[in-house]
Amino acid sequence: MSELDDGGEWFSCPIPNEADGGLVTLAYGEGGRLSRRLIRERIVSRFDNEQLRSLGDAALLETQSKKLAFSTDGYTVTPLFFPGGDIGQLAVFGTVNDLAVSGAVPRWLSLAIIIEEGLPWSVFDRVLDSIHSAAALATVAIVTGDTKVVPRGAADRLFITTSGIGEVLAPAPPGPAALRPDDVLLVSGPIGCHGAAILCARERFDFEPPPSSDCAPLTAPLVALHSAGITPRAVRDATRGGVAAVLHEWADACQLTCVVEEAAIPIDTQVRAVCELLGLDPLHLANEGTFVLATRPELVEPTLTVLRQFAVSRRAVVIGRVSPRRITPVTVVRGLGREVPLDEPSGAPLPRIC
Amino acid sequence: MKFIDEYRHPALLKSQLAELRRGVTRRWVIMDVCGGQTHSLLRHGLEEALEDVLELVHGPGCPVCVTPAEAIDDAVKLAKRPDVILASFGDMLRVPGRNGSLLLARAAGADVRTVYSPVDAVQLAAKEPTRQVVFFGVGFETTAPATALAVLQARQLGVKNFSVLVHHVRVEPAMRAVMQLPDNRVQGFLAAGHVCTVTGFAHYGAFVEEFQVPVVVTGFEPLDLLTGLTECVRLLETRQPQLRNQYARSVRPEGNPHAQRLIDEVYTIATVPWRGLGAIPDGGLVMRSEWRDFDARNRFELPAPVSSSDGDCRSADVMAGRIKPPECPLFGNACTPDTPVGAPMVSSEGACAAYFRYARSPISTESASGPLAPALRGEG
Repeated sequence: MSELDDGGEWFSCPIPNEADGGLVTLAYGEGGRLSRRLIRERIVSRFDNEQLRSLGDAALLETQSKKLAFSTDGYTVTPLFFPGGDIGQLAVFGTVNDLAVSGAVPRWLSLAIIIEEGLPWSVFDRVLDSIHSAAALATVAIVTGDTKVVPRGAADRLFITTSGIGEVLAPAPPGPAALRPDDVLLVSGPIGCHGAAILCARERFDFEPPPSSDCAPLTAPLVALHSAGITPRAVRDATRGGVAAVLHEWADACQLTCVVEEAAIPIDTQVRAVCELLGLDPLHLANEGTFVLATRPELVEPTLTVLRQFAVSRRAVVIGRVSPRRITPVTVVRGLGREVPLDEPSGAPLPRIC
Repeated sequence: MKFIDEYRHPALLKSQLAELRRGVTRRWVIMDVCGGQTHSLLRHGLEEALEDVLELVHGPGCPVCVTPAEAIDDAVKLAKRPDVILASFGDMLRVPGRNGSLLLARAAGADVRTVYSPVDAVQLAAKEPTRQVVFFGVGFETTAPATALAVLQARQLGVKNFSVLVHHVRVEPAMRAVMQLPDNRVQGFLAAGHVCTVTGFAHYGAFVEEFQVPVVVTGFEPLDLLTGLTECVRLLETRQPQLRNQYARSVRPEGNPHAQRLIDEVYTIATVPWRGLGAIPDGGLVMRSEWRDFDARNRFELPAPVSSSDGDCRSADVMAGRIKPPECPLFGNACTPDTPVGAPMVSSEGACAAYFRYARSPISTESASGPLAPALRGEG
C-alpha cells in the first residue's frame, strides 16, 4: 500500500491507496493529473501496445483488407461478476462475436468505461484484468479508450462500451435475406446458459451447481469454417432474446419460416431446471458464446466436422430447418411432433406465476 | 430430467392420445381452469392435436389475466408514492391497468421490485425500515398461503412497514360462475391440479352433484393433461358426472391442511371482481379485520376495487366458450397483446393472445396457402 503523493511525482504503484479509501472518486474523472494517472497506471500498463502507448487522440491502424467490419455495443450487467464470466469478458467477447459472426477477424477494440464514484478500485482492477485476459484470448488489441467517473447514482457501478474493427474474410456469409427453403439451422452449443446464470446470480437462487455463462469468443470456429472453404448463409450470436430472437429476425429477413425441433436443442440440465421452475423458455434466454448458423443442406456435415474441433462449438448440432412461409414465422416441433408457434421475446423474461 | 421427461415422452403421449381418440364419439366441450394447463396445452400442441374431437375452452384460470384493471391501477398508484416500494411477482409487471402497467410506472421512477416469494418482500421491508413495502398479492389458492405466511412472519418479526395489496381469487366459485352463465356450453372440467394440492378436492363433490358435470383433477405435463382429458371424456361418454383425481402424485383428497390453516388465519372469503367476468360471489379472499394493519387497502385508505368492465370487450363470452376470439369486435384492432383491453389478451396463456399470435390472417406469400400451411385453429 502506498500513500497518495499530493505534491510530487507519479507513483508507479497501481495499487489503491489509503487516501481515497480504496474507492474511485470523482477526481479521477476530471481530466487532470489523477485522470492521467488512472490511464497510465491502470489502462496503458495493462493493455500495452504501440497505439495505446502514444496516448494520441486516435489510434492509427494499418490493414491489408479492403473491407472492414465495424461494430459497437454497450455493456451493463448486474451483478458485475457471475458464474462463468464478468462484465469485462462480456465487453470484449460481445463485440468480438458481433464481428466474427459477420465474417470478420476481429483486430482492434476501443474501450470506454463509465465508473460510478465509490466503486472499489479492487473491483475496477479485477474487471480490467478480466478485459486483459479476454482480449488476449480473442487476439484483439485495445487501441483507444476513455474513462469517465460520474456521481453516485448517475450510473450503476460500471458501464462499458467497446467498439471493434475486424478484417472481413471474403466471401462473407450473405446474411439472412439469402436463406432458402430446406436450408438447415444449427446451434454451436447448449443454449440459455448466460441468461440462466445471470438470472440466478442476480436473484440469488441457490441452485447447486449454479448455471454458468457460456461467455466465450467465437472467432476460432468461424475462421476455421472460412479456411475450410465453407460459407454459411448466415451466422448470428444469439445474445439478448436468445435463439428465438435470431430466428424471428431471420424469418422476417427472408419471409420464410424457421422450424426447430425441441428435442434436438442442446440444453444443460441446470438451465433446464431453472427454466422449468420459473416457467421460462430456454429459447428466449440470452447466450454470450453461442451462435445460430444457417447453411445449405449439403454443407451441414462438413460444417459440423469443423465446428466440433473447437471447445466453444464442440456440441454444435442441427436444430431445425427453413421452410416455405407458414402463418407464423417461427415454429417449434414439441412433444407430439406438432409444430407450435414460438413467440418473439418481448422485454426481459419474467417468471410466470401460473 | 426426472418427473418431467417421463410425462413428455413422445411414445407415451401418442399412445395416450390414441386411447383418448378411440373413446370419443362426439365433440365434447371441456374447460381447463388453470393458466398453467392452458399454457401446456398450447405449448405442446395438444389443443391442435385434439381439435377435431374435443373443444377445449380455456377458462378464467390465469391469475394475471383475471386481476381487474382497477386493482392494477391501485398497485400503480401505490408504487408511485415516494415512500413505497411495490414488490410483485414478475409477470404482473407487464399487465396494463387503465393507466399503464407497473413496468411503465417503474420507468417513470416508481420503485417496483420483482420478488419470487412474498417472504422476500418481508425481508426487503426489514432492510428498508424508512420505506413502506407493499406486496401485490395476486393469484389463486396456490399463492395465498405464501402471502398469508408473509403477513404472519411480518407480525412475528415486528416488521411494521410491510403490507399486502390483496387480490386473491378462488377457483371453484369461478367454475360455478361459468356454469351459471346463460348459454353455458361447458360439459366437463379439468380441475387445476396445483390449486387442489392446497385445497384438496372433496369440495368439488357438491359442485359435481349440483351441476351434473364431471370434474377431473389434472396435472400440467402433457401426459397428465391427456390422461385427465381421457378420463373426462370417458365419464362424459358413459354419462357419469363424477369427481376423479388423475394427479394423485401431488394431490390428496384433503389437500394441504397446513396451507389451508394459513389461508384461514389471515383471509376470509368475499365477493370480489374478476377482470372480464365481473363480481363473482365468494370468488376471492380478503384480509380478516384482525390483520388490517397489514392490509395495504387499509393502510393507504384505498377503496375496494369495484366490478371491472372492459367496455365492448367480449372476454366473458370467450372464456365461457360462446365465441372465438376473432369474433370480438375489438380483437386485433383496439385489442392486441401490446395494447390488451380484455383479460384473455393480457398474458401469453390467454385465449385471445394465443389466437392473435398463432392464428391471425396468413402473411400473403405464395406459400402461405400452400400444402404446408397448417389448418387454422377454429375459424381464426
